[in-house]
Amino acid sequence: MPQIQIPSPLRQYSGKQASINVAASTVGEALADLVTRHPDLKRHLYTEDGKLRSFVNVYVNDEDMRYLQKEGTAVQDGDTISIVPSIAGGIF
Amino acid sequence: MSTLAEVNPAAVLSNDEILRYSRHLIMPEVGMEGQQKLKAAKVLCIGAGGLGSPLALYLTAAGVGTLGIVDFDVVDYTNLQRQIIHTTNDVGRKKLDSAAEKLKAINPFLNLHTFETKLTSTNALELFREFDIVADGTDNFPTRYLVNDACVLTGKPNVYGSIFRFEGQASVFATEDGPCYRCLYPEPPPPGLVPSCAEGGVLGILPGLVGVIQATETIKLILGQGDPLVGRLLLVDALGMKFRELKLRKNPDCPVCGTHRTIAGLIDYDQFCGIRGQEEPAGNDIPAISVEDLKRKLDAKADVFILDVREPHEYQICNLNGYLIPVGDLPKRVSELDSSREIVAHCKMGGRSAKAVNFLRRAGFTKVYNLTGGITAWAERIDTKMPKY
Repeated sequence: MPQIQIPSPLRQYSGKQASINVAASTVGEALADLVTRHPDLKRHLYTEDGKLRSFVNVYVNDEDMRYLQKEGTAVQDGDTISIVPSIAGGIF
Repeated sequence: MSTLAEVNPAAVLSNDEILRYSRHLIMPEVGMEGQQKLKAAKVLCIGAGGLGSPLALYLTAAGVGTLGIVDFDVVDYTNLQRQIIHTTNDVGRKKLDSAAEKLKAINPFLNLHTFETKLTSTNALELFREFDIVADGTDNFPTRYLVNDACVLTGKPNVYGSIFRFEGQASVFATEDGPCYRCLYPEPPPPGLVPSCAEGGVLGILPGLVGVIQATETIKLILGQGDPLVGRLLLVDALGMKFRELKLRKNPDCPVCGTHRTIAGLIDYDQFCGIRGQEEPAGNDIPAISVEDLKRKLDAKADVFILDVREPHEYQICNLNGYLIPVGDLPKRVSELDSSREIVAHCKMGGRSAKAVNFLRRAGFTKVYNLTGGITAWAERIDTKMPKY
């Protein structure tokens, strides 16, 4: 199964899990499976009309899916899908 | 790097400097030529905080000739857990004064320029033009986009670092052929969808790790040695002690560095990012109670149920003996509350508890109030022995 890496700011919505195995053959299916299991993640990853948010980057292994086939990018066993949101530790 | 000056004949080393930099000079990757490049280099550090501390300390020790620091903050006790350039005796001093003293003590040959100002859209371009490389140690979204755009517009490499809890990111943006921060993230996250102070915090060593990576990249750029972190995003996970690397590409559609640029000058970055405070201020329509009124009620033995909506680890630091339900758990635990009683909800500053009061009001609770200023106000005005955090 492909594995999704959850970054620490979003782990509060994934039952504190850092990585989650998903049943999927594409990145889109993997993310859909993820938000089905953890519905609280949905609004952090998707806009209200169902598009991935622009400040959430998704990588398949070390490649940005925007430069692959986006959510149609094929994934297989052993692939790592990483959600990489922009982070900032500072307060204004 | 094309942006860096060729060895400046004025950067000839004195005998004292030759002794000081001996361990660099005997290494072929640095040598006399490299050390002179370091001496001729001008690096601007944005911020003298968590990332800026190791950055400035190491760049100074390594012999970077000219260092600029932009900061307008004052040292406070909560800084000392990670901002290692400042000491306990510096609390209350300007960070610039405190940093300058340490840097001059480490290396009297340093040519230090301090800028006691907030970096803004009106001063950034002029400031950046005087330097070769910009190292961003501020770590908030408006400044990050400002630094990125100003680096692209002035053609200065942007040595980037960012930290959150126990994870960090580092890269080198805005080199001539490399991607910029906007290629990676065209827009900042909207306020409200980013972690608030409730989930914030940072492991004290993490800015050390990431700041030293920034210092390393800065020195490599100056020397023109090794493989810079251009087109690569380094992810640091201190808990797992794992370093991963992702590929970054220059986005042809990037609004600031792409082929059809739409941003030709600096913009209002607070507006672009949506200013947010430590916590969202409570709305005016949310019924509230002051810490003084709560104290009077408690002293009069009135029936008041205190609901603490912070996280369990915050409760351990200090509490009002309240009933703990973290704000995120409130929807599924609302049945634990008695709507017939008067409820006063509080958090650290009043932001999360305002959300909780709003939620409970909509759920049909009528006697629920937000404690204005949270437990921090209680510690400041009612029980001054209580720790503040």
